[in-house]
Amino acid sequence: MKKLKNLYWSVLSGSAAHIIKRDDIVWWKAWGIRIISVLLALIVCGFVTVSLTDLNPIEMYITMAQGAMGTPRLVWNLFQNTAILLGVALAVTPAFKMKFWNIGAEGQILIGGLATATCMIFLGEKIPAPLLIPVMLVVSIISGALWAFVPAYFKTRFNSNETLFTLMMNYVAIQIVAYFTLEWSMPKGSGTPRTLEFGQLPVLFGQKYLINILIVVVLTVLVYIYLKYSKQGYEISVVGESEKTARYIGINVKKVVLRTMAISGALCGIVGFLLVAGTDHSLKSDTAGGRGFTAIMVSWLAKFNPIFMVLTSLLIVFLESGASKISEVYRLNSSFSDIITGIIIFFIIGCEFFINYKIKFNKKEEIVC
Amino acid sequence: MLATIIQRAVMQGTPLLFGSTGEILTEKSGHLNLGIPGIMYVGAISGVAGAFLYEQSVASPDLLNPFLAVLIPLLCALVGATFMGLIYCFLTVSLRANQNVTGLALTTFGIGVGNFFGGSLIKLVDSDVPSIALSKTSNFFKTQLPFASNLGWFGEIFLSYGFLVYVAIIVAIISSYILNKTRMGLHLRAVGESPETADAAGINVTKYKYISTCIGSAIAGLGGLYYVMDYANGVWSNNGFGDRGWLSIALVIFSVWRPSLSILGSILFGFLYVIPTYIPDISVSAKKLFEMLPYVVTIIVLIITSMRNKKENQPPQALGLPYFREER
Repeated sequence: MKKLKNLYWSVLSGSAAHIIKRDDIVWWKAWGIRIISVLLALIVCGFVTVSLTDLNPIEMYITMAQGAMGTPRLVWNLFQNTAILLGVALAVTPAFKMKFWNIGAEGQILIGGLATATCMIFLGEKIPAPLLIPVMLVVSIISGALWAFVPAYFKTRFNSNETLFTLMMNYVAIQIVAYFTLEWSMPKGSGTPRTLEFGQLPVLFGQKYLINILIVVVLTVLVYIYLKYSKQGYEISVVGESEKTARYIGINVKKVVLRTMAISGALCGIVGFLLVAGTDHSLKSDTAGGRGFTAIMVSWLAKFNPIFMVLTSLLIVFLESGASKISEVYRLNSSFSDIITGIIIFFIIGCEFFINYKIKFNKKEEIVC
Repeated sequence: MLATIIQRAVMQGTPLLFGSTGEILTEKSGHLNLGIPGIMYVGAISGVAGAFLYEQSVASPDLLNPFLAVLIPLLCALVGATFMGLIYCFLTVSLRANQNVTGLALTTFGIGVGNFFGGSLIKLVDSDVPSIALSKTSNFFKTQLPFASNLGWFGEIFLSYGFLVYVAIIVAIISSYILNKTRMGLHLRAVGESPETADAAGINVTKYKYISTCIGSAIAGLGGLYYVMDYANGVWSNNGFGDRGWLSIALVIFSVWRPSLSILGSILFGFLYVIPTYIPDISVSAKKLFEMLPYVVTIIVLIITSMRNKKENQPPQALGLPYFREER
């Protein structure tokens, strides 16, 4: 028994096997590992679904595909949700690349949305739409940026823990929005959010969500160029790799942190604008709907590359809508999709280890217990 | 009146106290477990599932064995929450995955599990009851000392709770003692402050991380169990647990990583939670602003502690960083 225990801890703590960092992995190997892990995850999800419903796994994935893109309307919804999630993922990426753990996207989106809604309510009747929409956009960008700037300021000034700070800011924002939703509800105090009529984004070619999708496509390209080719993008990567190096080569780290967080918050503000003016035409405390958190996983899974993020956000939205179809058909609870998403993310997070590290098993006589 | 407010504040604070004690133990090992809200949901639903299956297996609710009716949900909650802790440990300790991403995924997963089984348990076991209402089991959890009601305000403030409230306080005191007064606690803090140093001193870093995270998760899971069995009278409602998981994490900061302080902090947070109900003529929307207070207070504490920059009030130094022995 004692021997077994020793062996167990020696495996865990690495004396039976040890880990070596891989210098560089060929791209096809890395993607091979990722694909294997997604397949494994899908098999596990299949088991979970089969044990809860009487579907066989293949039928299950067909049902999922139908639920996600069975009709043109569903396909548009899929693209719309992907676009919004992608937008948030783009927003958190610059901060994450700098190793600034901004988990406050949820709050920054809501504050952006709140700013948009304020303009729509108070300026709506006074100025025409072609002027109103740019005003809404600018105001939501500024307020999102300010909301993100606060934790960044305290981080650079007093070294406050940014993860915890941004996390707390989310709930402050949620309660503020909940307050205004109730104040503005029609009739007052009823809790039904007011439909915002003025300043809705235009419908292009008869497709309600097309303009959201186009804006996010433009943002994706811009963020990609910004991170990859601009001087500021380079500074972000250096600060993320090593703050000491950054300081050594003369980068003003504080300035970079403040600027990048403001950009991150501004992009969240734009998403809030798209959600309120282009999608819901109303403001609720769950307008962001947890996307601020999901986007972190999207960005991480794509290794902070905006182009890969298109794929990862599509994957997550596909799974969510597909799994909610299954729960609808089998009259199960809609949270089923969260379980599936969770399992798949666990696998993808776990597989990164095998991409970055090699495990070497020690010869038996070398085990030191 | 005041006694009632204090009593309700304590009841509101107890889930937070469980959650924050668990999270403090975890964070002291250098792991920021953002999966706590999910873990608390899983703790709650595991307890509910255990109690539900036990109630279903007995012919009539009067035949429930009080001892088993408490023990089964308790064990289920501990096992469910520990399992969640193990997932987190395996990914972040063994596979060195990013802690924030893993924690958030764990929260998504855990809340999903809670709401899914909460909404589908009846259908899955083909039962004919309309909803999950475990009032019998809940009564066992809420049993108070028989003479508590005869002692006036003293009884109301100190003795009027189910046993889990006292468990929460005792666990917090024990954790505080272990962290500050024992060799084990010293080692654990060393792991969280500087795993390299701890490793060099011969402390098994992996073992400490695993054990403290799993025990922390189990404790947090009890918070979920307390909420549903005692506070909510055994009635499961989806998302009923609300943002208490995040409030627990806020409480960790508020109590500057000290379980003993978090006992008082939890009562204060509970107080902020219940106070709007006692203000006459308050509008529904203004209540929302009151719910913001615990977070605002936490942010202020976070700013002040970082401004004063006293060593003993800081987060563990290696919080959030993975540890590779090979990368020293």
